[in-house]
Amino acid sequence: MRIQEHPILSFPRGRKVKFTFNGQELEGYEGEPIAAALHAAGVRVLRYSPNLHRPRGFYCAIGNCSSCLMTVDGEPNVRVCIAELQEGMAVEIQKGKGELYANS
Amino acid sequence: MQTHEIAVIGAGPAGLSAAIAAAEFGARVTLIERNNKIGGQLIKQTHAFFGSEKQYASHRGIDIPPLLYQKLEDKSNVQILLETKVQGFYPDDGVLGLENKEAFFPLQAERIIVATGASEKTLAFVNNDLPGIYGAGAVQTLMNVHGVIPGKRVLMIGSGNIGLIVSYQLLQAGVQVASIIEAAPCIGGYLVHAAKLRRMGIPIRTSHTILSAQGAKEVERATICGLDESWKPVPGTEQEMDVDTICISVGLSPLAEILWQMGCEMKYVPALGGHVPVRDKQMQTSVAGVYVAGDVASVEEASSAMMEGRIAGLAAAESLGYGSEQLNVEKKDALEQLHSLRSGPVGEKIRSGMHNLMQEA
Amino acid sequence: MMKRTGVPNREDIDSILPTAERLAQGPVAIVECFEKIPCNPCYTACQFDAIQEFEDINDRPIIDFAACTGCGLCISACPGLAIFVVDQTYSDTEAVVQIPYEFLPVPEVGEEVLALDRSGQVITKGRVVKVKETKKMNLTKVVSLAVPKELAIEVRFFRREKRHG
Repeated sequence: MRIQEHPILSFPRGRKVKFTFNGQELEGYEGEPIAAALHAAGVRVLRYSPNLHRPRGFYCAIGNCSSCLMTVDGEPNVRVCIAELQEGMAVEIQKGKGELYANS
Repeated sequence: MQTHEIAVIGAGPAGLSAAIAAAEFGARVTLIERNNKIGGQLIKQTHAFFGSEKQYASHRGIDIPPLLYQKLEDKSNVQILLETKVQGFYPDDGVLGLENKEAFFPLQAERIIVATGASEKTLAFVNNDLPGIYGAGAVQTLMNVHGVIPGKRVLMIGSGNIGLIVSYQLLQAGVQVASIIEAAPCIGGYLVHAAKLRRMGIPIRTSHTILSAQGAKEVERATICGLDESWKPVPGTEQEMDVDTICISVGLSPLAEILWQMGCEMKYVPALGGHVPVRDKQMQTSVAGVYVAGDVASVEEASSAMMEGRIAGLAAAESLGYGSEQLNVEKKDALEQLHSLRSGPVGEKIRSGMHNLMQEA
Repeated sequence: MMKRTGVPNREDIDSILPTAERLAQGPVAIVECFEKIPCNPCYTACQFDAIQEFEDINDRPIIDFAACTGCGLCISACPGLAIFVVDQTYSDTEAVVQIPYEFLPVPEVGEEVLALDRSGQVITKGRVVKVKETKKMNLTKVVSLAVPKELAIEVRFFRREKRHG
């Protein structure tokens, strides 16, 4: 679901990198928001709410609303709509409120 | 700790204009921006702007940040801090707390111009938290900044300028727009935006609202219905829409947390976007030395954001001793342009909001 | 009512049309701007002084149809994409409508398309006779469509006949 050709815009993309989503290998572009890379791969469900376990995606895409929180490389509550994708990142669906690093 | 002269929080059209104006007259400006690029909402506006030549009319929004940056880049009295968030204000010390890549540091400034913009409101309806339901600005960010489409077929809620513009941008990105719905009996945004969409065959259903979104884990359908003159749903008018994405464009709220923290007097004025800071014509709030500009002051347009930014920048510089006859001329010009932008029929809402709000300088 | 539908009615259109005489003389701009909004780049773009200087930025544009040559510079300058140039003298049976276009793929000269009216209804077929795209137009292309003369005042958009998946 990436735009290849646009009447007004061009999209200079960085280096293609591999990362994992819940253990599954995906590809994205270095530096783009993790949520954009996931979205491009067709992943729109980013987490489940703490009490009623409702599926959630992002809402504002700019870091204001807290809808998009995921666990990245073990760190919970990462706003993936603004966090930049790096090679080898392990992105996971966060169930509930997340846990801080086991060894910090 | 070094004391800066003017700290501008936010490098969107308002903040950039404030920094340019203050720096033009010799003030030392520190421009603080949480994103890794300047421009604020301009970086996703692919359409051409309205207004006049002085307000970059006919320029696409995306082309304006480099033009504004040109006015700052060679100035030795301007410092730009990117990827830097203002986390709070410490009233006892009069200090701002900043964070950059997990390093936290204080910053003291003689004058502060808050230009933090606004964030998208949401709407209450059944299953409004399903993945695939996004703010219209969010869809703009995803499409125009990151080059990813939000889905294949969209229901747009809201026919204000943002709803209309984003619908057009979705079409440009190759996404289908099933319909635009609007709760009010009239289209909210400019008629030229609406006309563009109607001649492409996109329906605009006024007096309609959304009842629910449905889908197992993501949006698969939506149910809309008609509203009567009292804005109540009309039984029997329910319609199911086959969409995988719902865009909500029902207005913005000022990102005013820092103003509350600073103790600025705030007033609830719906016509201006919600809780807005009380301020004088120089854009100074009830806290001396703290100015506001742009959507955080009142949700409006980029052109008015640029004018307000200019006024705040000039006023702040003047208060630090950089005043001059030329500065007065510039300020008067900016005030006149701002007045002009608001003086037509489409400025009615803002004018009535301002009337509710203004206090004398 | 345009405020409810987004589509101008007969009265709205008649209020901005040049006379039949002027239309019969050659290309002329039709500025479908019906609302007072703060905006004046059409005035700035016109090289023939055919658009009156704005006293108030909220004024609707006033066109001097005699001075207008139908050059079309204003088409891509208008942020609302509300300006069209109509040439009734193209041939005995056809007129050409110049339409601002910001989509891909760009149509090809000679292509036959479905011509739409202001409410998006297909009302006739059109033939692309020219596609203009210059630096000055800032990515707003102008597509010239040949249509039956009597429909030149109605045709305001088009669609390719082939439907893409």
